[in-house]
Amino acid sequence: MANEQRLAAMTGNEAVAHALRQIDPDVIAAYPITPQTDIVQYYSQFVSDGLVKTEMVTVESEHSAMSATIGASAAGARAMTATSSQGLALMWEMLHIASGYRLPIVMPVVNRALSGPINIHCDHSDTMGALTTGWIQIYAESAQEAYDNAIQAVRIAEDPRVLLPTMVCDDGFITSHGIENVSLLPDEVVKGFVGEYKPSKFLLNISDPVTVGPLVLPDYYTELKFQQAEAMKAAKQVILEVAEEYAKISGRKYGLFEEYKMDDAERVVVVLSSAAGTAKAVVNQLRAKGEKVGLLKPRVLRPFPAEELVAALSGAKAVAVMDRAETFSTQGGQLFTELRAAFYDAPKRPLMRGYVFGLGGRDTTVREIGKVFEDLRGDLERGSVSEKYTHLDVRV
Amino acid sequence: MAHPLEKYLRAGKLPHIWCAGCGHGIVTQAILRAVDELQLDTEKTVVVSGIGCSSRAPGYLHFDTLHTTHGRAIPFATGIKMANPELRVIVVTGDGDAAAIGGNHLIHAARRNIDLTVICFNNTIYGMTSGQYSPVTPGGSFASTAPYGMVEPSFDLCTLVAGAGGTFVARGTTYHARPLTNIIKEAIKHEGFSFVEALSQCPTYYGRRNKLRAPLDMLYWYRDHAVGVSQWEKLTDDEKAGKFPIGVLKKVEHAPEFSRVYSELIARARERSEA
Ligand SMILES: Cc1ncc(C[n+]2csc(CCOP(=O)(O)OP(=O)(O)O)c2C)c(N)n1
Repeated sequence: MANEQRLAAMTGNEAVAHALRQIDPDVIAAYPITPQTDIVQYYSQFVSDGLVKTEMVTVESEHSAMSATIGASAAGARAMTATSSQGLALMWEMLHIASGYRLPIVMPVVNRALSGPINIHCDHSDTMGALTTGWIQIYAESAQEAYDNAIQAVRIAEDPRVLLPTMVCDDGFITSHGIENVSLLPDEVVKGFVGEYKPSKFLLNISDPVTVGPLVLPDYYTELKFQQAEAMKAAKQVILEVAEEYAKISGRKYGLFEEYKMDDAERVVVVLSSAAGTAKAVVNQLRAKGEKVGLLKPRVLRPFPAEELVAALSGAKAVAVMDRAETFSTQGGQLFTELRAAFYDAPKRPLMRGYVFGLGGRDTTVREIGKVFEDLRGDLERGSVSEKYTHLDVRV
Repeated sequence: MAHPLEKYLRAGKLPHIWCAGCGHGIVTQAILRAVDELQLDTEKTVVVSGIGCSSRAPGYLHFDTLHTTHGRAIPFATGIKMANPELRVIVVTGDGDAAAIGGNHLIHAARRNIDLTVICFNNTIYGMTSGQYSPVTPGGSFASTAPYGMVEPSFDLCTLVAGAGGTFVARGTTYHARPLTNIIKEAIKHEGFSFVEALSQCPTYYGRRNKLRAPLDMLYWYRDHAVGVSQWEKLTDDEKAGKFPIGVLKKVEHAPEFSRVYSELIARARERSEA
């Protein structure tokens, strides 16, 4: 199978557009925003050229884009949209509607810093702000992963055990506009993999009328939210099953996170998305010098794989968690605080420190990540963390 | 020798981001000329914008400026005006900013007749995000999201704002740069909601797709299709086809202005509670 794939040089946005083309959803509604714009741009060309059967709806804002996607999904269509930053922020109200209605919408999000002041470059403040919206979140390091995640997301979201909307995230400009080699699966293979969407309840089914989103008061609201939480728990297993099946058609293996040179690693960096690529280079350099360092790259943040992450990090002595967004909690980034909380019940806890880095597109190079590993060395020698959470590469 | 308008610019922010041949510089200059000719107190003038190529203009202007979010310049400006009605508030926006994502705010500000001057740089396209069609893209013309031509009907922005209750409505073009300055002057002087639609060429994303390759082609297109409003009224329907009027299209003086009405309301309420 794997050798039928087509290797092509393309940007992350083009790769995601091809994933969408192969999925060929019934409806895409969208509004342009940098750096997401050309996913939909490519797609509108596919529509115009008759390569897909999708109905494309160009609306007047992201609030409307998500609303139209929700309408289409509730009507029984496989519906998608894509966005970034302010667009995601403007969708906020609708994100909860999508998850609360249990609509398996898949949405690529190209991560970009939130205003203000306005900035168009990468950080994760947009999707980190959406962690409590009931959406599954999957992050990609590269264009290849962004493509693979988009295809898998359809199966995850639509699984009857899950039925939750899913964001597939990649880094603005770094991944969305950088050109890489991407292996594309044959169209029919993707079509076979995602299958046909067969919702069990939908508005256009006149023989089984349903109502979506009617008023629920204290009588049932709690149960509905409990069910959403249960579905999110179930998603963990589904994500792994889908990944296993995907490995069979693609030869590419995915899990809840990726472990890089973790076997005997004492000092470990935990970081999402494209910065993990840079961290791998640093790990390689330090390994060449015989240092026991490793990288853990989370792929799935919702559901948060707490037990699995704790197990994977159980051998580490000092861990640095790097977050590409502030939380303003004064306690560090989101990933850092969640991971620390996950270790509360662990019999053995490594030293752990947090960094906020790469805001508004600030480049994080091997030098900065090298410094993080140095800080960890200092902590190990001291036997304590010198500073719980800091900003990397900042003028104070 | 310094340019006479240079004192209104933040020289350190130049060069600007606009493409060669873009009309937005001409509209910006028309605004500055109007400000200069009116001898506006720049300390009491605030320029507010949304997001887009057009909305970048205030970044180059040496006034108190507020660069907001896409579509929301008018509500920000409403807050400024209501907090301090002494200020003169000018909103710089694009056709997408004002009429797509922010369309609701445009009609409600017009309805209230709040004293803002909204200058919409209308290049009939989303310039900043590379040429998707906007609600004013003319039927049949091409955009990146309309590779086979625009099929949706479009807004006539001036008719929209006039219908919503705006008390000063005018249209100009970058070809008619001098009259554009005069229109903007009148709009700024007007007490109440004033709206100027300034047609501005986007050769990069509109012209190239619509057989108006060079910036000059687009300027000549404005020259050949715009008709002064007094002449426009004399034309038959047949003669009007394919053309559009420029100049002051609606002007209602002494209509109650919102920030004033509101202050009066407060005064009345105070009087009553003190009585
Ligand atoms: C909520 C949100 N959605 C989308 C965008 C992306 N965006 C920036 S400018 C723009 C369109 C600008 O078009 P227009 O208002 O016509 O101004 P122009 O650039 O043509 O001057 C868009 C869609 C954004 N900044 N914020």
